[in-house]
Amino acid sequence: MTEKVLEIRDLRVTFDTPSGPLEAVRGIDLDVEAGELLGVVGESGSGKSVTFLATMGLLPVRARVTGSVLLAGEQLIGASNKYMRSVRGRLLSMIFQDPLSALNPVHRIGDQISEMLQSHQNLSSRDAAKRAIELLDIVGIPQPSDRAGQYPHEFSGGMRQRVIIAIAIANNPKVLIADEPTTALDVTVQAQILEVIERVQERFGTAVVLITHDLGVIARVADRVNVMYAGRNVEQGTIDSLFDHPSHPYTRGLLASLPRPGKQRLKPITGFPPNMLNPPSGCAFHTRCEFAADICKGELPNLVSFGDLQTACVRARELPKSENFA
Amino acid sequence: MLRYILRRLAWSVPTLLLVTFLVYIALRVGTDPVESYKRVNPRASRAKIQQYIDINGLDPNFVQGYFKWLKNFITGEWAPSIKGRREVWPALKDAMANTLRLGTAATVVGIFFGLIAGVLAALRPGGRRDVFINTSAFVGISIPPFISAILLQLLFAVYWQKWFGASLFPTSGVYPAGHTGFDLFLMLKFMALPTIIVAIQIIATYSRYMRSSLLDVLNSDYMRTARSKGISERRILIKHGMRNALIPVVTIAALDVGSIVGGLIITENIFAYPGMGLYFLKSFGEGDFPLLMPWMVVIVASILLFNLIADISYAWLDPRIRLE
Repeated sequence: MTEKVLEIRDLRVTFDTPSGPLEAVRGIDLDVEAGELLGVVGESGSGKSVTFLATMGLLPVRARVTGSVLLAGEQLIGASNKYMRSVRGRLLSMIFQDPLSALNPVHRIGDQISEMLQSHQNLSSRDAAKRAIELLDIVGIPQPSDRAGQYPHEFSGGMRQRVIIAIAIANNPKVLIADEPTTALDVTVQAQILEVIERVQERFGTAVVLITHDLGVIARVADRVNVMYAGRNVEQGTIDSLFDHPSHPYTRGLLASLPRPGKQRLKPITGFPPNMLNPPSGCAFHTRCEFAADICKGELPNLVSFGDLQTACVRARELPKSENFA
Repeated sequence: MLRYILRRLAWSVPTLLLVTFLVYIALRVGTDPVESYKRVNPRASRAKIQQYIDINGLDPNFVQGYFKWLKNFITGEWAPSIKGRREVWPALKDAMANTLRLGTAATVVGIFFGLIAGVLAALRPGGRRDVFINTSAFVGISIPPFISAILLQLLFAVYWQKWFGASLFPTSGVYPAGHTGFDLFLMLKFMALPTIIVAIQIIATYSRYMRSSLLDVLNSDYMRTARSKGISERRILIKHGMRNALIPVVTIAALDVGSIVGGLIITENIFAYPGMGLYFLKSFGEGDFPLLMPWMVVIVASILLFNLIADISYAWLDPRIRLE
């Protein structure tokens, strides 16, 4: 068995809102193995970003986080600010969605990369600047030594996302968390950015967590997939088995809603995501599930091995065999 | 950049001409300078009046008159004031120096404390400290200087004298009557109250500017990027937060300084502080055209100059702005 770099156990995140506590993440278990590319899918509000912001220690202080997150065996939940600072950018890095606003407009690109290097490595300014140029080259920015002296507004969206990747991988982290890195980009640029991420993963052996709501993106690059719904895991497994025979009704719905060649109409999942201030009892998906039965309203289902998948559905065994989406 | 500055300076010449022409018309229509002269010198001979009209460019035709005034102004043939027949330049120069001293002191003190208060408020929005600073700022903006000035005069002069035997700060002038020469300590003592009055207003406004500007920045994505780098909060605040938050504030500050040269009319009047504001108030009250026109030129020029400084500092702070 491969080494686990990140082990998340029973992670819960609650925000106090004026209308009462809102549990955005309701007990997530998730492993990231060394060097793999794990896809995390779910719709907006499913808790996928919050899970990893909690892992990074980047949630606002008013968020209550419980459970356990082990990074290479070290506990991150409840760790000191000082320790979390030493983890962020060194062992764990994060790329955010909107490359247009994620870089500081008043500092040069090279300096923004050097800052990341110098905050975790004992490097002279000159060495850091040199290394920054190498990193720009690695993420595929032409004329890196000229570009390092430029400001973010002189870069296109795709180029800025490459810069952000360069910053994130500067200290060769164990895990790179990419939160919807391609959502704000053109389709052609999306493909290029995914290639850069894959290249980094292969070249440095970095484990990548790719958070997205786009199953098409997952299908292209991920080794394993973790499907989230209403702050819970509903299904996880390898990319092949998940597309081959999805078991959880939500995963089936997601896959059925994807456009595919020869398909005339898209089949949407009916209904709306639940209100997390007052989530449905039992399986949160039962309100929208075509296979729902009374038993689904009872207890929160946990992930159970089902074939080569792990599925959180009490009726998984009774359901008709799914269409093959591979 | 240099070309941009030179071009802007070149452009300021026609602007200055146009604005002074408008001011010239406004003053002539508003104060009737010839009548003012006759009022002060009721027994002036016809020749004297004609001489006054000539040197001030007060021809019946405004355009001809303006250019006559302009020629005399540029060649340094300034008319003496109507009242007292004093030279205008020394009076104007003293007023400028006094106002600059008061304005600079108040601006430096005001912006310094204003920015600190704004940052402290923005760091914990909604907290007790934020509420306190916001409330104080509101009180500071709401109390007009003619009220706060009188309150401070009462406290530091009248009551202080009653309680401790001597007043802490004098309430008017630059030096005690009859004083000659330069005395820094005495000067600071006389400047203290008016500086505080003006600084209160500046602190109140700039703490609000700084708070909202920094709040915007603190919520931006690049601050999250900075945090995800694992650098210290202090460095995040100074290098990423302040650097961005100061851009709009510095620009506004440069524009504000330009208008301070116009004098702090109310404060100077209350403290009988002989700056540009008091100069204007007196000469306008007496319709003293020879005193008023050069004052106007100085005001217009300084506003143009500080507008240019605002633009330059904006481009200097924000790499997205390039001047050409």
